[in-house]
Amino acid sequence: MKYLYLVWSNLKRAKMRTSLTLLSIIVAFMLFGYLGAIKQAFNQGIDVAGLDRLIVRHKVSLIQLLPASYESQMEQIEGVDDAVHQTWFGGVYQKPSNFFAQLPVEPEEYLEMFPELLLTDEEKEAWFNTRTGAIAGRKTADRFGWKVGDRIPINATIWPRKGGERTWEFDLVGIYDGAEKGTDTTQFLFRFDYFDEARQNGQGLVGWYTVRIKDPERAAEVAAAIDSRFANSSSETKAEPEGAFLQGFANQVGDIGFIMMSIIAAVFFTILLVAGNTMAYAVRERTNELAVLKAIGFTDRGVMGLVLGESLVLAGLGGAVGLLLAWLLVSLGDPSNGSLPVFYIPARDFIIGTVLIAAVALVAGILPAMQAQRLRIADALRR
Amino acid sequence: MTQGSGDLVQIKNVDKVFKRGSEEIHVLGGLDLTIPDGEFLALMGPSGSGKSTLLNLIGGLDRPSQGSVEVGGENIDQLSDRRLAAWRARHVGLVFQFYNLMPVLTAQKNVELPLLLTHLSRAERKKRAAIALDIVGLSHRNHHFPRTLSGGEQQRVGIARAIVTDPTLLLCDEPTGDLDRKSGDEILDLLQALNREQGKTIVMVTHDIHAAARASRTLYLNKGRLSTELEE
Repeated sequence: MKYLYLVWSNLKRAKMRTSLTLLSIIVAFMLFGYLGAIKQAFNQGIDVAGLDRLIVRHKVSLIQLLPASYESQMEQIEGVDDAVHQTWFGGVYQKPSNFFAQLPVEPEEYLEMFPELLLTDEEKEAWFNTRTGAIAGRKTADRFGWKVGDRIPINATIWPRKGGERTWEFDLVGIYDGAEKGTDTTQFLFRFDYFDEARQNGQGLVGWYTVRIKDPERAAEVAAAIDSRFANSSSETKAEPEGAFLQGFANQVGDIGFIMMSIIAAVFFTILLVAGNTMAYAVRERTNELAVLKAIGFTDRGVMGLVLGESLVLAGLGGAVGLLLAWLLVSLGDPSNGSLPVFYIPARDFIIGTVLIAAVALVAGILPAMQAQRLRIADALRR
Repeated sequence: MTQGSGDLVQIKNVDKVFKRGSEEIHVLGGLDLTIPDGEFLALMGPSGSGKSTLLNLIGGLDRPSQGSVEVGGENIDQLSDRRLAAWRARHVGLVFQFYNLMPVLTAQKNVELPLLLTHLSRAERKKRAAIALDIVGLSHRNHHFPRTLSGGEQQRVGIARAIVTDPTLLLCDEPTGDLDRKSGDEILDLLQALNREQGKTIVMVTHDIHAAARASRTLYLNKGRLSTELEE
């Protein structure tokens, strides 16, 4: 710690240069954190996907519907514990930009399948007993200022009511929280029996199934058994683990992870050049001073440590401020005004960020530090 | 540092050869020198005669190509780089022509620099630096940065930095070379006082006869050889 003053004083030597370098590092780490949150949003649910859950959809595509009767048939397949269905409602609340997922489901079975959705017993009871009842995730409820007891009108784009009426009205009976940070709390869930009876067409059809299996290690085997059960029927299925399904869903807009990594890699490569240049200049312009330090008794390694220390302070300060700013920005909300199901910087990215700080410090500082280490006192003092 | 026979520095048959590409430049050849403990020695000679090289060898800033350099009973040419650095920190104070202060540090912090290598507490380092600055008459300028000090004042800070660890040996490379006559005289007064009152052994390289006159002995270096007389 006693050398910190010396390190800090040297960094203050060229304030403009240090500030600009610091700023570029801050921006890089802010970008890293923010893009990490966006990547997390696109991969929403993958990290918290149940290992014991499969998604079963129509073999052709997700928008092709499956018979509701498949549920009981699937539950008879060996290895299957339970199955629930969901259907994409695709309605609009007030205006199209107010996007959030709306799904008609069987309340009791659904809550049993997804224990990460937390409701009070009173709210559960109200949903089970209210035909037009619906529950909303905390994020969506907060976004629109909903509270229990509100009547929520949603305009159908896919599923009109009998008679052609497009407005569906639901009674909000509960607001659920997520058991984990990555739990999607943007969904709006309402009762399938009400939906199926009131919709104009498609009775008896559902979007896809979530199937809970008894042994996660037999996931591939059970998935194959399900697909085999419905092979050669008019609605063949494709079963896959929930995580793989969500990953595939995210990849429909491109390999988000790859895109993010490419951007971040380009940014950090530039930062390395900037920080490396700063450190090289910082050492070159005070060759004489480093020689004096050695002359008065600092060892070669000691001088090397001072230069690396400067690099570490620069990268550490820039990285920490950058990550902090990213966290603050992410805390303010997602850029799509709340339509991303989850939006936060995962703890893993903070750890990677810390490793990156050390890497930037080391890579940017190592060559100038070695140059300082190799400096011969007598030669340097003669310059 | 132990002083056995009363001689602090014993240089025996020292050669120093620099290589510039394939060319070898013999700066010092077969040089012998003994400096008694407590002496104030002035080294004079034309540019390129090897004065600074000799000073560097005595201070362990460089190593001889051949021969031995013994200071305080220690063969410093045999020490590893790490031990030599530690030896310099303990036993040698260096004063440079152009002061070589850290521009980003105040006078006080510049003087404290060598003490960072010790196990002294922050308060003790501060106290010792204040005493050193007091000795050179600059305690009132301790919070000033070098750029706000005159040349003479900067050199005083340089001397304070050199003596703060209480070394036995002070090596001064043209300490008045960048100063006007009055400031130079003040620096020489200070060096003389350190030699007489605190018993510091001082080796001073200078071009200035007036400065050399302050020393207790003057040696002349020409073409790598020492003599007591100036050779034409």
